[in-house]
Order: sequence, then structure tokens, then C-alpha cells
Amino acid sequence: MPGRAEGGEVPHQRFYLKLQVQPMNSAAQPPLQERAHPAPLLEMRGISKSFPGVRALDNVDIALYPGTVTALIGENGAGKSTLVKILTGIYQPDEGEILVDGKPVTFGTAQAATNHGVTAIHQETVLFDELSVAENIYLGHAPKTRLGLVDWKALNARSLALLHSLETTVDVRAKLKELSIAQRHLVAIARALSVDSNIVIMDEPTAALSRKEVDDLFKIIERLKSQGKAILFISHKFDEVYEIAENYAVFRDGRAVGHGSLKDASQNEIVRLMVGRSVDQAFPKVDVKLGETVLDVANYSHPTEFRDISFELRRGEILGIYGLVGAGRSEFCQSLFGVTRPSGGSLTLEGREITIRSPRDAIAHGIVYVPEERGRHGTVAQMPIFQNISLPSLARTSRAGFLRSAEEFALARRYAERFDLRAAALSVPVGTLSGGNQQKVVIGKWLATRPKVIILDEPTKGIDIGSKAAVHAFISELAAEGLSIIMVSSELPEILGMSDRVLVMREGLSAGLFDRQSLDAETLVRAATGNA
Amino acid sequence: MNRILKNREILLFGIIAILVAGFSSRAPGFASPKNLAGIFNDTSILIILALGQMAVILTKSIDLSVAANLAFTGMAVAMLNAAHPELPLALLIVIALGIGSILGAINGLLVWKIGIPPIVVTLGTLTIYRGMAFVLSGGGWVNAHQMTPVFLNTPRHVFLGLPILGWAAVAIVILVYIMMVSTFFGRALYASGGNPTAAVYAGIDVGRTRFFAFVLSGALAGLCGYLWVSRYAVAYVDIAAGFELDSIAACVIGGISTLGGIGTVAGTVLGALFLGVIKNALPVIDISPFWQMAISGAVIILAVIFNARAEKRRGRIILRDKAAKTYSEATA
Repeated sequence: MPGRAEGGEVPHQRFYLKLQVQPMNSAAQPPLQERAHPAPLLEMRGISKSFPGVRALDNVDIALYPGTVTALIGENGAGKSTLVKILTGIYQPDEGEILVDGKPVTFGTAQAATNHGVTAIHQETVLFDELSVAENIYLGHAPKTRLGLVDWKALNARSLALLHSLETTVDVRAKLKELSIAQRHLVAIARALSVDSNIVIMDEPTAALSRKEVDDLFKIIERLKSQGKAILFISHKFDEVYEIAENYAVFRDGRAVGHGSLKDASQNEIVRLMVGRSVDQAFPKVDVKLGETVLDVANYSHPTEFRDISFELRRGEILGIYGLVGAGRSEFCQSLFGVTRPSGGSLTLEGREITIRSPRDAIAHGIVYVPEERGRHGTVAQMPIFQNISLPSLARTSRAGFLRSAEEFALARRYAERFDLRAAALSVPVGTLSGGNQQKVVIGKWLATRPKVIILDEPTKGIDIGSKAAVHAFISELAAEGLSIIMVSSELPEILGMSDRVLVMREGLSAGLFDRQSLDAETLVRAATGNA
Repeated sequence: MNRILKNREILLFGIIAILVAGFSSRAPGFASPKNLAGIFNDTSILIILALGQMAVILTKSIDLSVAANLAFTGMAVAMLNAAHPELPLALLIVIALGIGSILGAINGLLVWKIGIPPIVVTLGTLTIYRGMAFVLSGGGWVNAHQMTPVFLNTPRHVFLGLPILGWAAVAIVILVYIMMVSTFFGRALYASGGNPTAAVYAGIDVGRTRFFAFVLSGALAGLCGYLWVSRYAVAYVDIAAGFELDSIAACVIGGISTLGGIGTVAGTVLGALFLGVIKNALPVIDISPFWQMAISGAVIILAVIFNARAEKRRGRIILRDKAAKTYSEATA
């Protein structure tokens, strides 16, 4: 494995691993020989979970075995997070059962899940900067003296023992803020193990780690395996999955579409399972004759989020932007829209170089952004529908700072009719509408600004299949009207079905620009995961 | 009936009417037009101040410095009037608005450009502006005999049964109403407080909007400085001490959400009038004025509970609608 440090390179790290093996809690360990044909430590059978408009999990089975790492693989929105939330007692499943050691259990609360030995290490760890390492590890279940006070001696001793078992030396009295990111991660792991847990869920634990730190984490995982714990490892990165996991489970659209031993599954097979469905599903992409170049983006860069993004966008074109969560897609689009300032690069709109300093500039130039989170970014819930629709167009509909409500109503009525908005009146607050109708308000308010370029961030996230088709038809319609569209999406079928061209982003950089003719799912996934 | 209960302004108006009716049964003449005009006149300064406060609260901020601003500006114009009796009243009013705006702009800049939380900024300037009033006056008083008759008497001049002071409040209410309902700035206030993120995406500069809300609040506080000094015919450092809390109370009772984005001019005016009625009624029916504070306190808490429950109920309806929709789709 390139870059994998052994022995000699270790002392330069901020923490290091000792090589001796030191069983932590030998009594709790199942005998290792059981590994050959073990019973699952945890099993989920027929789990389903629905949210309004979406079926997040549909009759899913998964089993975790002692001393085994099971990799959970799937696109964004495949249902992985929902599964983790059910396993940790945050969501209750609508159907199905969970068995721990063969006995059915219910995880009514997060505490119940902990009591049954399930613990989770999240991508973003929840720790307290101003508390010591030991306090962080035992917060909420600190050892007590007979008087009910915190037993500091026991607290520090146990924390030390725990960190030792992870083969690391961090000062347990140091404040968390003095630690490196990787050390914090270790503290998070120690915290997860401080409750007696046999089932450890790791939700993209490597996202914030360097390669070296990943290697150290993997040694810890090996150690947990040898203690007989069952581990659910969620990652987007195939090389890591193949390195650490024995089993895999692939989710797609809330269904478990495949599972087995990684030894028997090639990377291609896994990608195929992930992407799955025949991609030429009915997407109402209408062939639009592309016009002249509308927007030319050259080497657009941001101090921290993305660098050197370049492309041309033509009239009537739909440019898909694909990538993993955290690849910098939304950040790039928000920068195009003036929410954040770029650090370099240039924008040329219809042949004239422009600078966008604020969303107001962007709107004035005819570039609009329809955000991913309708509730948070899209509407002002307390405001009436017509005011929400006219909000970005006020500069145009008002005169000398005075609003003209007749114009506002006319604007709102036009777009409400166009999208068949169902509301008692245009003067009711948007917050009283259903999710689908709120989406119509959001789209309507942006189209009302008469844009040239419209950026759609995850236009169909969280909506049901039927509505998706309607949104796709609508996007095609906009392109046919001569709008240029940038569509950010994590859903491959959508990207493949709708885009004239696709820009793939990975870790803030452009990982390729693909024409419709050369598009296929596996190419995109490879480009996005950096797995050429 | 249900709709009336849901409309907070009508509900508050009803409560005030019931209070007035109740008080007049104990103290005949309480509900006479003359007395009611007196109560309105008495509440005018609070109404004007509360409207500025409303603009600030709508943007998820708060202005604790309004009363200190009032005291400083009031002292400044009173001293100016005493030193230069020849200056016309109109100029003094413009100066009061100007000084008030500058003090408000200082709050606004600290919030906008440096990003200090509004409660911290205005808690600081509350003390500073009061201190400035002390430095300016050297702790002295400006008494009625030092002020010109025009300065003193103009707000008391009765026109159509209501003193000019009351008419000033009416004019400000109308102006602020027009501003809130039909100007870009008014809409920006609601949007910035209702959902700052969505407002930014819609091209509204939330920081600048908040800045101008503070300027407006300051300008109105400055105007109130003159009105207060002429009404009570005296200027000293401690005038209107604690009055910022009354202005906030009027807003909260009037249904201005402290979380921003919700509230109306009518609500604010009624909230201020509610406090004015209580304040004027208690002495009439022989209840110690100290009760006034306890009663307004209790009413504020009740108003907040009422708000919270109204919000929750609305939330529940949405959920029910969603559930119904999912159900009907599932069965369709």
C-alpha cells in the first residue's frame, strides 16, 4: 500500500501506536474460533422507514458479525444515514425488527441503543473543546464516588486505560482544544468504547483524516475486530473499503440491493450494484439545439473550498455537476451566485466580463440559484406566498423604494398558475403549504426574476418519484425556452438522464468534463471517487 | 369567532376595550373621549419609541439604548434651546432626529460591521449614551424657565381635541405603517428577520437592513428626546430611565416575535396602548402604581406563552396536512 507508514516513519506523528497487543476487556470477548461460522451479533430484518413523500428504507435486511467489518456502500440518499439513525435509536422503524444476539429488541431512545451495546462514531464528532480528554470520554457516565461526586481518580485512570487499549498516548488531562484532529478522533472513538459496546458504527470516519491517520485508524479497527466487535463501516472510498472490510452491503434508493463477501466481489460489480437500475429510465430530456455561449467560467477559485473550475455554458444547455458530498459543488455554485467571494478566476456573461459581489449582483445579471434546502434557504415561512415570489424581483417591481403590490400580485399569480400552485390564497404564509407546493413557490420566485442562467442545487432531493419526473420535465422545458441550466445532483440517473455535459468535482477540483456521448455511470463514479 | 381569536390585533383591541369598560365602571368618566385622548397623548412617546424598537426586533435584534439615546438627545436639544433661544423649533427637531440617528447608526455599525450581538452592543451604548448625557450637562438640569415658550408649548397645543404630541404619534404611526407595508426597506425588515439565509439568497443585504433598522430606532428615540423634555418641562440625566424596557414590552405584548420576522404596526401600537391604559387606570382605581410593573410583567409572559402556542398550533396543522397528503397519495 503506498504511503502506508510502518515502524520508522511513526515518531513524527503527533500520536503513535504501540505495537504490543493488550486485551482490554478479555471477559467480554467471544472466542475467536467462532469467527468461522458465527451467529450475527446484530441483525435487522425487513426494516422500512418512510418520511412524508419518500420511502427512505424499504424492507432492508442487514447482519453484522462479531470480529467482522461490514462496509455499507451506496450513493448519497441511498438510505445509509437513515439506517444509522435507526440503529442508534434516533428514528424508529415503521416496520421490521432488530435482533441483538438473536433476541428481538427495540431502540426507543438513543439510550436504549447504547444499553444494547450499539455505539456510533459520526463523521463530525460531538466533543467539547474546553473539557479535558477524560471528561469528554466519560461525559454523562462518569464514575462516581460514594457521595455521588465525580471520582476524578477513577475517571482519569479508566480514560488512560481506554486510550492505552487504542494503543495511543494522549494526556487525559489535556483540554480537547489542544489536540490535533486525529487525536480528537481517537477521543471520539474512546468515548464510543467507554460504554460497553459490541457493535460499532463508523459513519465516514475517514472523511477528515490524512492517509497516515487513516492507517492508524485502521489499526484500531483491526484491534476492535480482534476483540470480537462487529463494525459497520460507512465510506465512499473503495480503496479503504477493500482494505478494511470483509463484508459489504450495497444500498440503493432505500433498498438493500446486494451483500456478501468482498473477496468474491470486484470493484466493478460493486459500482454496478450502486448505480444499478438501467440508467436509460424515462427522463424527459428534450434535445435542445444549443445556442451561443452564455456564461464562461475560467479558473474560478475559492480560498478553501474549490480551485480552478472552468467551463462554458451555452444557451439551452443543461450542465450537470456531479460529485460526492463535500466535493465543493454547492460551495462553487454559491460563489457563482455571490454568497461567497471567489479568490480568483473570471466570469464572462454574454461576452462581457462581470464581477459578482453579492446575490443582488447575480440576480441583476440574470444568474439565480435555487438552493438545496427549501426550508432553510428557500422561503420566508411567515411571509405570504406573493411576497415570497416577488422577493428577489423587488428591485424590478418597485419604484423609488416603494413596492407596487398590484405588480407583485400579478407576478405571483402568473407563476402560481404556471406551476398549478395549490393554496387557499396568495396572501397565506408559505409555511402553511405542503412541501411540494413550497417547492413550487421557490422555483416560481426565481423564474420571476427572468434569469439567463439558473443553478439548481439537488432539484429533486427528498421528493417522491412522481414529482421527480415532473421536475425533470420542467427542467427540460426551461432549457427549451433558452435558459442555461447548471444542475448539481448526487443522483446518477438524474445527472445521466438530464445533462448535456457533466462536470465532475472531487475534493474541490475539477475531475473531468464529460460530453453526453461519452457519459456512463461507471466513468462518473470513478471520476468522483478518484478511483481511476 | 375563531378567526377573531386568531387575529392577535383584534384580540388585543378587545382586551383593551374590556379593560377600559371595567375601569370606567369603577371610575366613571374613565371612558370619556377626553380621558381616552389624554391616555393616548400620555402614551404617544412610548408608541413612537416602540415603533423604532419594532423595526429592530423584526430583524432578530434588540435596541436597549433607546431610552439613553432619548435622554442624551433630549438634554442636547434642551441645552441648545436654553443657550440659543433664537433657533427655530423646526431646526431643533431636525437636530434631535439627527443626533438620534447618529447614535442609532453607531449601534448599527457595531452590529453590522464588527458583528457584535445587538444585545451586547446596545447594553454598552445604553451606559455610554447616559454617561454622555451626564458629561454634556455636567450633571445639571435644564428647567422650564430656561426653555422658550415655543419649545415647551408646541406639543401641548390642542388641535381637534388632541395635543400636537398625540398628533405627532399619529403621524409617525402612519409613516411607519406605509414604510412597513409598501417600501422595499419594510419588506427587507421582515425577510431579514424571518429567514436571514433566504433573504440573502433573494439579494437582500441583511446586515445593511439591520443597520438601517437601528438608525430608524435611533432617529425616533431622538425625536422622543425632544418630546419628552418639552412634555415634562425638564431635562436631566436620568429621564426615561428604564424606558427601553417599556418599549420592548409594548412590542412583545403587541405580538412582535423576539425571534424576528413577525409583527405589525397595529400590534405595536396596541401593545403600547395596553401599557398606557394600565398605567393610567391603576391610580384611578386606587391600586398602587407598583402593581403596574408586576401587571405588565405578567402580561408580557402571557403574551409570549400565547405566541409560542399560536406558533405550535400552526406547526401541527402543517404536519397534519402533510400526513393527509402522504396518505391520500399512498391510497390513490
